[in-house]
Amino acid sequence: MTLSMNTPEFLVERNLDRCIKCQVCVGQCANEVHKYDKETDSLSCEDLACVGCHRCVTLCPTHALTIKKFPLEFRTNANWTPSTINAIYKQAESGGILLTGMGNDKPYPIYWDHLLLNASQVTNPSIDPLREPMEVKTYLGRKPDKLDFSDGELLTEIAPQVELELPIMFSAMSFGSISLNAVKSLAAAAKEVGTMFNTGEGGLHQDLYSYGDNAIVQVASGRFGVHSQYLEAGTAIEIKIGQGAKPGIGGHLPGEKVGREVSETRMIPEGSDALSPAPHHDIYSIEDLRQLIYSLKEATRYKKPVAVKIAAVHNVAAIASGIARAGADIITIDGFRGGTGATPLRTRDNVGIPIELALAAVDSRLRNESIRHQVSLVVAGSLRNSADVMKAIALGADAVYIASSALLALGCHMCQKCYTGKCNWGIATQDPNLVKRLNPEIGAQRAANLLRAWKHEIKEMLGGMGINAIESLRGNRLMLRGVGLSDRDLEILGVKAAGE
Amino acid sequence: MKKIYAQEKYCIGCRLCEVYCSAVHSEYPNDLVKAFNRSKIVPTPRVKVEEDRPLSFAMQCRHCDEPHCLKACITGAMYRDEESGAILNDAERCVGCWTCIVACPYGGIFRDESKSKVVAKCDYCLDQGDPACVKNCPNGALKIEEGGE
Amino acid sequence: MLREGQVRIPSGCAISGIINRKGNRFSGEKIIESIAVMHDRSNGLGGGFAAYGIYPEYKDFYAFHMFYDNLQAKEDVEHFFNEHFSVELSGIIPTRKVSSIKKSPIIWRYFMKPLPDKIRDSELYEDEYVVQCVMKINSKFSGAYVVSSGKNMGAFKAVGYPEDVGEFYKLEEYQGYTWTAHGRFPTNTPGWWGGAHPFTLLDWSVVHNGEISSYDANRRYVEMFGYDCSLQTDTEAITYAFDLLLRKHGLPLDMAIQTVAAPFWDSIAHMDEKQQKVFKALRITYSSLLINGPFSIILGSKNGFVALNDRIKLRALVAAEDNDTLYVASEESAIRAVCPKPERVWSPRGGEPVIGLLEGADSI
Repeated sequence: MTLSMNTPEFLVERNLDRCIKCQVCVGQCANEVHKYDKETDSLSCEDLACVGCHRCVTLCPTHALTIKKFPLEFRTNANWTPSTINAIYKQAESGGILLTGMGNDKPYPIYWDHLLLNASQVTNPSIDPLREPMEVKTYLGRKPDKLDFSDGELLTEIAPQVELELPIMFSAMSFGSISLNAVKSLAAAAKEVGTMFNTGEGGLHQDLYSYGDNAIVQVASGRFGVHSQYLEAGTAIEIKIGQGAKPGIGGHLPGEKVGREVSETRMIPEGSDALSPAPHHDIYSIEDLRQLIYSLKEATRYKKPVAVKIAAVHNVAAIASGIARAGADIITIDGFRGGTGATPLRTRDNVGIPIELALAAVDSRLRNESIRHQVSLVVAGSLRNSADVMKAIALGADAVYIASSALLALGCHMCQKCYTGKCNWGIATQDPNLVKRLNPEIGAQRAANLLRAWKHEIKEMLGGMGINAIESLRGNRLMLRGVGLSDRDLEILGVKAAGE
Repeated sequence: MKKIYAQEKYCIGCRLCEVYCSAVHSEYPNDLVKAFNRSKIVPTPRVKVEEDRPLSFAMQCRHCDEPHCLKACITGAMYRDEESGAILNDAERCVGCWTCIVACPYGGIFRDESKSKVVAKCDYCLDQGDPACVKNCPNGALKIEEGGE
Repeated sequence: MLREGQVRIPSGCAISGIINRKGNRFSGEKIIESIAVMHDRSNGLGGGFAAYGIYPEYKDFYAFHMFYDNLQAKEDVEHFFNEHFSVELSGIIPTRKVSSIKKSPIIWRYFMKPLPDKIRDSELYEDEYVVQCVMKINSKFSGAYVVSSGKNMGAFKAVGYPEDVGEFYKLEEYQGYTWTAHGRFPTNTPGWWGGAHPFTLLDWSVVHNGEISSYDANRRYVEMFGYDCSLQTDTEAITYAFDLLLRKHGLPLDMAIQTVAAPFWDSIAHMDEKQQKVFKALRITYSSLLINGPFSIILGSKNGFVALNDRIKLRALVAAEDNDTLYVASEESAIRAVCPKPERVWSPRGGEPVIGLLEGADSI
């Protein structure tokens, strides 16, 4: 045993005037921060174990607990910041890759916050959504170039579409990375509000087949849980090539998380690691992708739209164009701030590009090639509120995926420790003691409320612009202006500067 | 009549039901800190979380249609409240023989060690609206609704 | 100051349209009188007319009305015309001096037919060939602008009040069976003649009142199909949308109308199954051509016109009928001014078209 140089990140303070020694904190902390000593009838804290998830603070009935940043100052150094130094201590101790959860937390520019929306004044009227219809219904799937009529009769058959009551879906999160109760919450919320949840690469648990009409089933490189009944179960199929939190590598579910139900759903032995290969081993090039797209279409008799999800990487526009031409009906692009249950820290924080720029580049590229209208474009990677959604649609997206926002609605406190499996909120865990902390009835209500709230806000903002159907915002970049952006940024975003 | 139902699959074993039950039956029913830190005697909770992790649930008096405790009570302290249908204990008449505790098949009556002779049992927080345990369960694991046994 | 095309200029407006459905021609006086009543709806920064049936002697030729800023532009474009068309006749468009109309460009017109071997080389249909030539002139020839390019029709426009513009162009001397007019109230103006309305392409003409909030969505969609929205005006985008739907995609007129002023999903849900399928297909396929925000437009063609409001009627539009003549205008007064007692006057509902077709025509 040698000395560990790990120091606490958080300081847990207990107000003894308020503490009633009920020990709720002791029972609630899966990291065993709080301890009760019977002999002295007192409580103590192990700060080093605290991850800052606020479970104890939230449940403490007398608000006796405070969590602070641990006041430990290194000598000021703009280069060697505490996080860079501590990372080295950790790696020197473990010899391993640093792992983390959720999305990139580094202070890269957030372009959403540099884009502003328009509103009508005088020259055209704003529309009041409380008095006038306001449409946010969205259809995802392949669209024809044109409709053919003969003697007033429509001849064109429209390809299968995913119908959404609002252009927001729950992004891919597998059963395994998150708990069954979390998946159930999202599935039920999607059903209630009229949108989709995405199974991620973990298959579809038997209990969730009844939510098939609201499911997009994913096929990833590990092919976990993929079988014909699964493909048939959803409204659409998504081939996952990559994700924003870990472009270029596959998912990794540690064996500890693979209990009986995960094992049955994924069709792998209990306790075995579920390691998704970095690439699909049947897709080494774009023409291979085409084969998989059409294999899946054949398998489902062309009744399901097929989406392809990629991480936003440097040449995303060209890749997206190739995907559209390979026959995908929906292209999903996940930006570098997208979350995950587990990812190497360095990959998460340094690989990929912001979704705002990727989206603008892809939409422009597909338009230049006159194929944008044929496919649907869905973006993910940190849509934090309804205004972000509006901006994404104005930049050119048909719809967005949210995951971190959805998990926050379920109780996530963004502690980024999903990979430990000790999620105190019952979300990113398979521990039955913790899983039951998320009541899926409550979870479904909260997730559905979030979507309803955003829908109201979107309608308000749309009405303010004098628009009464969401499709009139799609790609309508004149509704955006940039602030504090370089000319080059504005050019890529295809947006004018505020004041122009 | 309305009854409290425990949904064991959502009970997280936090024991906040016990905490609030104690407080609401203390001298300071609306102040947790005072209830625990200033009460001379902190009342025994009338609800108990039974657990064998991960299984757990909160147990309190079922207010049975045919209550064994009522039959067993030697002084007539145990009675049914006409209005609410709840089974209540008249502390004045209770002599602390604890026969009711032995008779209850659910373990829903507790020795109140904070007092000398009386039992502690769920009184539905009749003067408080919904019972404190139900109101304060953070995970919706306790529900009060009309239903059978 | 940036001119139209370099900057997007929103504007409010007055519109008026008159058609004699028997095809009887009448002079431009009537439409001038009608639009003049709505003087206050424009601000002297743009007025214009489209007239159909005015060149019967050259009805098989494309009549190009041109604005040139200078002689060099004229020379360049005429060189281009000679390369791509056989020019039957060209000459100045006659005008008279009107004190309020200033800074006139060089205004010229040409009656031409495309060169057959050029069309063959281009592998385009004739009308598409002409469209490509129009797009090329407007985007590539500095100082030149195609005002109109249809057969047996022409657009006349200028910076000024519409009644002054009519006087300037001596419209009383022209005889047409369909006339549309536009008075403009731009919120910001460079005072460029090309920016006045109507906007035209082939024999389409559009006069439009309103500021559409879906402009950029509409623009970026039509641009995928080869249109170049060089003027950045709503009217231009609307014209291209109709050209795409009606001419290029061959949609029936009612379907094109239901695309730009689409019924609400709630209404579609109440239709019978077959209709639902059609309207769903329209909205799914052409979602980007839904025109959103306030508009009333008159889409003119050789066969007549269609007047249309946005689907929640955020702009005024009145229609009237008297014998063979159909009137539409932003205000009823503009109709009563030229037809005091029409047989029928009505205010069409949002999204409900008023269609005036020549006898024998089955579509616009």
